[in-house]
Amino acid sequence: MKFKFALAGATILAASVFSAASASAMTVGFSQIGSESGWRAAETTLTKQQAEKRGIDLKFADAQQKQENQIKALRSFIAQGVDAILVAPVVATGWDEVLQEAKDANIPVVLLDRTIDAPKELYLTAVTSDLVHEGNVAGKWLVDTVAGKPCNVVELQGTTGSSPAIDRKKGFEEALAGKDNLKIVRSQTGDFTRTKGKEVMESFLKAEDGGKNICAVYAHNDDMAVGAIQAIKEAGLKPGTDILVVSIDAVPDIFQAMAAGEANATVELTPNMAGPAFDALDAFIKDGKEPPKWIQTESKLYTQADDPMKVYEEKKGLGY
Amino acid sequence: MTGTLKAYAVRLFPQVAALAIILFMVSLAFPGFFKLSFQNDRLYGSLIDILNRGAPVALLAIGMTVVIATKGIDLSVGAVMAICGAVAAASITAGHSLAFTLAVTISTGILCGLWNGVLVAVLDIQPIIATLVLMVAGRGIAQLITEGAILTFNHPGLIFIGSGSLFGLPMPVIIWLGFGLIVALLVRRTALGMLIEAVGVNRRASRLSGVSTGVLLIAAYMLSGLCAALAGIIAAADIRGADANNAGLWLELDAILAVVVGGTSLLGGRFSIAASLLGAMIIQSINTGILLSGFPPEFNLIIKAAIIVLILVIQSPRAQSAFIWLSRARATEPTKGQEAK
Repeated sequence: MKFKFALAGATILAASVFSAASASAMTVGFSQIGSESGWRAAETTLTKQQAEKRGIDLKFADAQQKQENQIKALRSFIAQGVDAILVAPVVATGWDEVLQEAKDANIPVVLLDRTIDAPKELYLTAVTSDLVHEGNVAGKWLVDTVAGKPCNVVELQGTTGSSPAIDRKKGFEEALAGKDNLKIVRSQTGDFTRTKGKEVMESFLKAEDGGKNICAVYAHNDDMAVGAIQAIKEAGLKPGTDILVVSIDAVPDIFQAMAAGEANATVELTPNMAGPAFDALDAFIKDGKEPPKWIQTESKLYTQADDPMKVYEEKKGLGY
Repeated sequence: MTGTLKAYAVRLFPQVAALAIILFMVSLAFPGFFKLSFQNDRLYGSLIDILNRGAPVALLAIGMTVVIATKGIDLSVGAVMAICGAVAAASITAGHSLAFTLAVTISTGILCGLWNGVLVAVLDIQPIIATLVLMVAGRGIAQLITEGAILTFNHPGLIFIGSGSLFGLPMPVIIWLGFGLIVALLVRRTALGMLIEAVGVNRRASRLSGVSTGVLLIAAYMLSGLCAALAGIIAAADIRGADANNAGLWLELDAILAVVVGGTSLLGGRFSIAASLLGAMIIQSINTGILLSGFPPEFNLIIKAAIIVLILVIQSPRAQSAFIWLSRARATEPTKGQEAK
């Protein structure tokens, strides 16, 4: 054990000497899943921006949704002798071997936005958001906003059985627990899409007396909320005033809706997972400070009062 | 004339009956189901929602019926929807006129159909494989056009196609009813329908008897592409944005299901566009019914599957012959009784 520590110390020393020679820049390999959603595109953009800001030399590898490509990318990063590796794992299992290889080469690995089923000592830390907490923040906002008045809530769930759908539902229900004035009267899946969000909201409006019985809609993502807003408008009601709209993700389009007064609040799933990851790596490599095994990103609440148009302009260029 | 009408009634009876039963069941679960009102210059109510939300599958089913009648299948329609939605959104946001956008989008759909048709008719690739190519690649093409994001637009003309109304009905309803009528008349008032059925029953025999099977096959797939383009425009206009990841996702399966529920055999030959459209409405009635009934979402697919299985069992040849046997037995019973006296 002592020998291992000594070896690790020596390698870190060697690495720091080596990196000092090469203009003191840290080289980080980043294995991204692919570009299956706008959010992920924004995460890639922000990771590159954060690396540039800190003078980090980022080696980017797109895995096109395949684990074998990610493992290949990780092995090539190890062979190139990078200082650290960021990986957004496409699946939860099958990482032990390649992570052991990285550990043997003394390259710290940070997981971004998803966790894996592997022994904790194989990676440095995981930077993710807390899905339950996101639902909780949305629920708290609604509880505070209606302030004791009776309120029937309809819920647009994500894809049935997916972890964001389960956790965002759980967190929201926790926030509403014990508040008898708030009641979830209808809950259906909108598959995280605008089309289904609109279709399901149309049926909710019909089923609840043309929408007169509904005081708020909670959508597990912004896209479904955008669909619901259109359905509410077509039913002759005013979204944002007649029916409150709260959702999660904070994609640019919801800020446009907020600026128009049609959406009320959104909870951000930040695409900036790389910032905290780089901070942790910096502290670990420079000072040897072990970060906690889980770094939770902030689930920030945005409302109409937060200058939505400004946020929209900031987010627009990120590739959402 | 009354003869053909009677033949129609017999042909469409199982679908009409199934639709009526489903609508009745939904109205039991949700009392306000048949309520219609006039709002925002159009009829408003759950029945209109079914007609409106069923528009993409109904349009796809028109093309799919003709393709299936030729003993083919078109798996690419969902992906073509995504491509066409993306093309429409990209063109309108680039500042082109509505007419130009629609022309380009519809041409894109027809071109996709041409590609499928050439693979099937000229290269003689099996339809399920030939169209699988575009099903897989198409969504990628759509994502290339939208650059992975949802491409939104605010052009009132294009939005009108998705959520405007004409003669008191939503535009998508007008489009699929109108287009279905045109295609049905085209195939039934000319010899076209019979020729398509001939190709489906026996391609070689049709060719030997002078039917230009190649042209007909390619035309069938082009019609399917055109239908997918219309459905794609409606889907994008409805949400004011082209969602390359999700537009038309799995709708090819719903379209095939609509054709099958409509009683057209996957082995080709006899087909009915009206029955397929009824099939599409049956599927949408189930979807809307589930949403209105307030069941937890975990049950959606189970309920849908159970109802579909029931409809298919009732339509199956074995069940049909059992019905005929039962009705004959009942018809002969009283006479037997009289003889005994």
